[in-house]
Amino acid sequence: MSAVIEEHHDDHDHGPAKGLARWLFTTNHKDIGTMYLWFSFLMFLIGGTMALIIRAELFQPGLQFVQPEFFNQMTTNHGLIMVFGAIMPAFVGLANWLIPMMVGAPDMALPRMNNLSFWILPFAFGLLISTLFMEGGGPNFGWTFYAPLSTTYAPDTVTFFIFGVHMMGASSIMGSINIIATILNMRAPGMTFMRMPLFVWTWLITAYLLIAVMPVLAGAVTMMLFDIHFGTSFFSAAGGGDPVMFQHIFWFFGHPEVYIMILPAFGIVSAIIPTFARKPLFGYDSMVYATASIAFLSFIVWAHHMFTVGMPLAGQLFFMYSTMLIAVPTGVKVFNWVATMWKGSMTFETPMLFAIAFVILFTMGGFSGLMLAITPADYQYHDTYFVVAHFHYVLVPGALFSIIAAVYYWLPKWCGRMYDETLGKTHFWLSFIGVNVTFFPQHFSGLAGMPRRIPDYALAFADFNMISSVGAFIFGFSQLFFLYVLIKTITSGRPATAQVWDGAKGLEWTIASPAPYHSFTTPPVVTLENNPH
Amino acid sequence: MANPAETPSYYIPHSGWYPVWLAASMFVMLVGLGSYLNALKTDEGGSLLFFYVGFAGLSVVLYQWFAKVISENQVGLVSGQLKKSYVWGMGWFIFSEVMFFAAFFGALFYVRNFVMTWMGGDGGKALTGDYLYPEFDNTWPVITNPDPSVFAGPKESMAPPPLSQWGGYLPFWNTAILLTSSITVHFAHTGLKNDNRKSFITWLAVTVVLGVIFLGLQAEEYIEAYAHLGLTLDSGIYGSTFFILTGFHGFHVTLGTFMLLIALIRAIKGHFSHEDCFGFEATSWYWHFVDVVWLGLFIFVYLF
Repeated sequence: MSAVIEEHHDDHDHGPAKGLARWLFTTNHKDIGTMYLWFSFLMFLIGGTMALIIRAELFQPGLQFVQPEFFNQMTTNHGLIMVFGAIMPAFVGLANWLIPMMVGAPDMALPRMNNLSFWILPFAFGLLISTLFMEGGGPNFGWTFYAPLSTTYAPDTVTFFIFGVHMMGASSIMGSINIIATILNMRAPGMTFMRMPLFVWTWLITAYLLIAVMPVLAGAVTMMLFDIHFGTSFFSAAGGGDPVMFQHIFWFFGHPEVYIMILPAFGIVSAIIPTFARKPLFGYDSMVYATASIAFLSFIVWAHHMFTVGMPLAGQLFFMYSTMLIAVPTGVKVFNWVATMWKGSMTFETPMLFAIAFVILFTMGGFSGLMLAITPADYQYHDTYFVVAHFHYVLVPGALFSIIAAVYYWLPKWCGRMYDETLGKTHFWLSFIGVNVTFFPQHFSGLAGMPRRIPDYALAFADFNMISSVGAFIFGFSQLFFLYVLIKTITSGRPATAQVWDGAKGLEWTIASPAPYHSFTTPPVVTLENNPH
Repeated sequence: MANPAETPSYYIPHSGWYPVWLAASMFVMLVGLGSYLNALKTDEGGSLLFFYVGFAGLSVVLYQWFAKVISENQVGLVSGQLKKSYVWGMGWFIFSEVMFFAAFFGALFYVRNFVMTWMGGDGGKALTGDYLYPEFDNTWPVITNPDPSVFAGPKESMAPPPLSQWGGYLPFWNTAILLTSSITVHFAHTGLKNDNRKSFITWLAVTVVLGVIFLGLQAEEYIEAYAHLGLTLDSGIYGSTFFILTGFHGFHVTLGTFMLLIALIRAIKGHFSHEDCFGFEATSWYWHFVDVVWLGLFIFVYLF
């Protein structure tokens, strides 16, 4: 098999088109991956700015900078933008760049649809963010948009929010279909399922989760739309509906969504740790099975997000036990990462530092998750800063650190230049300190009873909040430093070798750095030498 | 046309304007629709102009895009492996549609099993009903809503008459028509596989006609519901679940009928052969899918 690239009669170089047209019209997985990654970085900075507005307001008790109404818009849009605009597109960008190279494919399976998946996003987020400047303000009902806050009591702009979510969903579903088709259909000969890099495996399962739950989210917002504009009563008890039903439908989407944001991270860390420990990944097969188990369990745990709404006892018990079961496959993974490092010849380059921080801090987020899974204890923790601390520990030093680690790890392959190790390590330590100073105190304020999503708080929480705000600004500005490191690398980093890391295995390291515009026009031969598993 | 199985290549299309245009059209269409809906709630009233502009853009780009893909296949660029990608793509798209309907079926089951029970004053959360709406009785279909002053219930529901009177029960005929259409589209497929062009085109045409009849009857049913039964979108949870489930199903039948029509036109033009007919096969899978959804609807929305 060899890839045929459609040629213009006057253009035989197969290279990218020139100027803006390259980016608007491209069908190349690397271009699209690059756009996804820069888009997610932009969203990360916008969502981060909102986080800093929140933390500035919470620096001291009392109202300092913003009104409560605007504060609510900030918490809502911070969550929506970070989840749907920063973390998810970043993982899709990595999938675009890496999966075709990792499985030895010429490109993604459906290249035009790939471009469509990306270009929907700027429109969707343009629409979402523009609501902030409309009459009545943007969405202010929290990123979970519970009815009736998001229906009966919502600002008019909720209509645009709903259509924005529809567009993001369409983008995610098409992106996922593309990834699944690529993995199932485009692997090089010899790249059997149980030889695929774990990043490919975790994305295969993530894509399945996305196709399973994004339509459910679309259904949820559609019911909202009908309740708001067409007089239905899905979420109104007076007509025989139930606002709690909204929460069930939302979290049936929402819990798999949580794993959508962490499974690809598992794949990244499973690629980085073996490289810098100079040992093969410990327990490859069990990693695959653990990922599949987590995906399965994600469908039957959703109501642990709503223990306090008044569920029957049997429901509470079922969701408590099923939630705790997730600790088993997750524990398998953490054990495997640690066992991979055990007696390895470890070095601590920037990607490895982020990966190790991921293992430790994500595990902490997992443990606080176990605490929250205990139904009676959750009665105390529910909607407090303890929950905020928990999910930020799994999302920031979890998902986000893995993305940063991936960027440092594969950037030399993408742009052909090495980043500056000192700058990278500086970025790591600033981020590591910043993230812990920000979120660790929130465990304490939460356990002491500070509710989430409020612009003002009791004096007793003042110290913890002040520390947290200081940490947030350290963390936020460290990411501007990251931007500087990236630009410096891309413009003036020293040239990278094809292998880049001496311990790295996998097909992507067998091609030149920077990777040619079309990698693997003929499929490579997969051997034990060039493939880690 | 090259034999796809012997084409040893995976075709990567050159860059093109369709995706960006499609995304932009979708944006214009949805902004237009959203502005219109929001304006309806004010006294000024709204205009659907932007919605139509976006929809027109969407239609143009989809027409061009599909035409391009068809012509690429006709010049032999589409290898067997790429066709497998199409198959995976369509299969997973249908799975996503299944999950979309699952959300509405889930809502229906939740309402009937939990909400109705509790609001009627039974089960583990009986206090909710006793406290909120002590007058409310748990019956399905819901004729009297928990708070009739806010949501006036329907006068009648779509529940079936005794079996002897099913001759006048529209949903029964709709079920028969849709099930038959699944069989006729299969006959069309068999005709194509046997290189029997006449049988292929005839059965496909019959399927399109059945789809149109189904939609006509569905429209008749909706008119009846609104005009005579008082069964509307705002008549409480029975009307809400009834219209969202049958409505989205009807929308999918519309789409499916349109796809079948395109397949019919392409069949008459001679686009399909027994080993190269993905466009038709994908359409028939979609048609079987809407058929299965209808069975679920007939059982859970109409009968029980």
